[in-house]
Amino acid sequence: MRFAIIRFPGTWSDRDTHHVLHTVLGQQADILWHRETDLSAYDAVVLPGGFSYGDFLRCGAIARFSPVMEEVVRVAKKGVPVIGICNGFQVLCESGLLPGALMRNDSLQFRCEWTHLRREGGNTPWASKLSTGDVIRVPISHGEGNYFADVETRERLEDDGRVIFRYCDGSGLVTPESNPNGSVGNIAGIINAKGNVLGMMPHPERAGETLTGGTDGNILWQSVIESSLTMVV
Amino acid sequence: MPVTQEALDAVALSREEYALLVQQLGREPNEVELGMFGSLWSEHCGYKNSKPLLRLFPTGGDRVLTRAGAENAGAIDIGDGLCIVMKVESHNHPSAIEPYEGAATGVGGIVRDIFAMGAYPIAILDSLRFGPLSSAQNRYLFNGVVAGVGGYGNCLGIPNVGGEVFFSTGYDGNPLVNAMCVGLAETSKLVSARARGIGNPLLLVGADTGRDGIHGASGLASRTDPEARFEEMRPAVQVGNPFMEKLLMEACYELASEHGDWIVGLQDLGAAGLTSSIVECCAKGGVGALLDLDQVPRREDGMTPYEVMLSESQERMIVIAKREHAADVAALFARWELHCNEIGEVTEGREVVISSEGVEVARVPVDIATEPPEYTRVGVAPAYLADLNSFDLSALPDIDPGDATAALLSMLARPNVASRRGVYRQYDQQVLNNTVVAPGGDAAVLRIAGTTRGIALATDCNARVCYLDPYVGGALAVAEAARNVVCTGASPVAVTDCLNFGDPTRLDVYFQMSQAVHGISEACSVFDTPVVSGNVSLFNQTGDRPIYPTPVIGILGLIEDVSHRLQAGFTHPGCDVWLLGSSVEQPAASLAASEYLESEHGLVAGCPSVDLQAEARLQRLILRAHDESLLQSAHDCSEGGLAVTLAESAMLGGAGFEGFVEVTGRLDAGLFGEAAGRIVVSVVPDIFRQGGGSGRMGDLARSAGVPAVRIGRTNDSGAFRFGPIDATIPDLIEAWESLVRGEVPASIR
Repeated sequence: MRFAIIRFPGTWSDRDTHHVLHTVLGQQADILWHRETDLSAYDAVVLPGGFSYGDFLRCGAIARFSPVMEEVVRVAKKGVPVIGICNGFQVLCESGLLPGALMRNDSLQFRCEWTHLRREGGNTPWASKLSTGDVIRVPISHGEGNYFADVETRERLEDDGRVIFRYCDGSGLVTPESNPNGSVGNIAGIINAKGNVLGMMPHPERAGETLTGGTDGNILWQSVIESSLTMVV
Repeated sequence: MPVTQEALDAVALSREEYALLVQQLGREPNEVELGMFGSLWSEHCGYKNSKPLLRLFPTGGDRVLTRAGAENAGAIDIGDGLCIVMKVESHNHPSAIEPYEGAATGVGGIVRDIFAMGAYPIAILDSLRFGPLSSAQNRYLFNGVVAGVGGYGNCLGIPNVGGEVFFSTGYDGNPLVNAMCVGLAETSKLVSARARGIGNPLLLVGADTGRDGIHGASGLASRTDPEARFEEMRPAVQVGNPFMEKLLMEACYELASEHGDWIVGLQDLGAAGLTSSIVECCAKGGVGALLDLDQVPRREDGMTPYEVMLSESQERMIVIAKREHAADVAALFARWELHCNEIGEVTEGREVVISSEGVEVARVPVDIATEPPEYTRVGVAPAYLADLNSFDLSALPDIDPGDATAALLSMLARPNVASRRGVYRQYDQQVLNNTVVAPGGDAAVLRIAGTTRGIALATDCNARVCYLDPYVGGALAVAEAARNVVCTGASPVAVTDCLNFGDPTRLDVYFQMSQAVHGISEACSVFDTPVVSGNVSLFNQTGDRPIYPTPVIGILGLIEDVSHRLQAGFTHPGCDVWLLGSSVEQPAASLAASEYLESEHGLVAGCPSVDLQAEARLQRLILRAHDESLLQSAHDCSEGGLAVTLAESAMLGGAGFEGFVEVTGRLDAGLFGEAAGRIVVSVVPDIFRQGGGSGRMGDLARSAGVPAVRIGRTNDSGAFRFGPIDATIPDLIEAWESLVRGEVPASIR
């Protein structure tokens, strides 16, 4: 499978994502500068974490105007799997591919720590190998990951099964203590209506090897790889 | 026209120094030249008070690839054609004035030093010291500095993997912010900071030049502030833009690693901006330069040549390119959406000649500029020492056994002992996917991607010990840093140092600095850890009160097989726990310089000691036992003493602990005394290891000549019992997390 990893000015999870996809999982993966305008050769697109444009103005607000984003929107509408991680999630929200916004953490501080995520919601190629209630351990690293959406939008997300990950404790209980940033409803990751676009604050690419803390994040990549095989068949 | 006192004060030169300058130049310097010489002859750039002492450091070794002080940072060969580049630097004075930006630009500066070498920065460590948290001003400084360190490093995508935070009245009004950066490079692709090749262009890349930071080197960093006027100097603190630095870092790394043949040198712009970077790389290359200031892109109109030459605007680098590749270099930076302006070229003649609007505004001979006068003094022991050293610790009342549990809980909640999670969770500790052991243990461990190797990193300095005996304190900083990396299974290979002291023209301060340097030198010889780079920060005092002498040591350890590493926590029940390096019973003298002595008795007193040979034997023993896969955990016994060390291992690993030896002699000394050279290990149970675990540990210790006592065993009961102490792990954690919860414990007396 061939992944496009988009590098905006200020992106820093590009290499980590490339390492996991290429070195750990043996996939094809290219890091592409944000001026790229043709993603037709790729089976999936990753918008990685970082501080695109230094988070100036508002996280993701400038990157959303990068030349590559028009193409990301086009392939997303076609049904190509797209994942936005951390700053990538913020870019997806800013570009309108996903609803809602990421506000400053309720602690008003940056947070880097391991979190537990419970799989919920409906079908998405990014989590097809996880069943409802499964818990994975993946770290966060952000200052503005406090997911917010108005009540109407939230109800729609919940009703349509579009909340895919919720912060929880080790046993899968969704508690206030396990919410690291104040996200409404402990929301850690959501999908678009079609299910091919996933945005999440935690970093699956940092949970790819036992040596560096765990391999739970790989289930997302394995899910999308398996889903793409199924699609081809 | 004779120079005015005001003009000399502005650049922090003495009358005598000015006279020397005039004599060497053969004329009076003009205003621009005076500003340039003032900066270059400042302590911050010229090391005029410290250079003779720094020559004492052992700096050579099989693995050392750079000459100390000759490059932006030190490089150490780690095999496979790879090297580690590292340095620690201070940003104390700016952080005292504007904590967020001061700390942020401190990180920015040290990171530039690393990528100027052609390395990719892979880790940051921060060694921080503040006055007690009972003061609102100190809380403001602490919160601001931590936010600034995180704000800059997080945006760059470099993990912050370790460091220290220490609180003491010794830093009231003068916090210390030392940042260390570690980079990885292919040895063949290291870049020098030398200007060479007559006619080669000097390219200024990165940010535009503004009026920020003028006189940072000479004004802020190189003098004391008797009237506490630093507040007025806030404009001398630079404002950082980590986004710009991120682009600059990526562009410079791409240039060095893929197109090293296009360039002859790279140099960052730090203290004294263009002045020091141009003059220093000319001095190193034995050349001169012709600069046209009209080519320097400005942030604002109307800047004078003086301001352009002394601006400390951040995120700027000088690339000395090969003439035929100047356009290639410019195109590379353009791709990263960065400016690249040719501001001059390399010339013969060891003189930097500067013009502005077609007129020559300065002519600076590089040898005079880079060879300031050196001052060697004969230090005098501070007046306080005799009384404090001879203080009779045995006259203090011992702790009542019934109070021991409460005493441990109160020790764990002390700001100097409590968990640092509240600090390091504000730092990205994992980006770049190399972090094997994250902050919270004795040292951080990173894997070297593409190899089986790992590196261990730590910083250390016990300033109370330095205050009571700077020689012992300097030696102990090295010993303890080495002990920290040894506790991860790494062999110490090199150190970098940041010498933080008060006003060196005071003989008592000079004594502290000189003694500390001697102690560091001795220890580095014993541990075979050359000093590969460093920084000096003097004039750290408020009014006439100098800070605690604080020689911070940053250390690099190497692990051949990173999958086989050690950590600090009791992770498994049923393991025998050994104290290596001493007996449990300790004399009252071991309370010297201890956290317990200060918290319980309000005293910083006693006569701390270090036995470097015993330390070396202990550290070799740990590595040997680890080689034999005998150890489940190893944890350095330092601040808080044995009881705190055992409690930390229990909390970090989750297993309980049951002591089975009596704490004889003085209880306070046995539990909380801080004798140096001790490590607590848990040993693989006999049944899981052919030939047994504990028995072998005892044999190895005996043959190594290291005192060793089996003091207890880990369990899965969640209880923690040692001597008269009886607590549960949740009790311990509750106390230890005081700082995470943002509680400000009662003031440090």
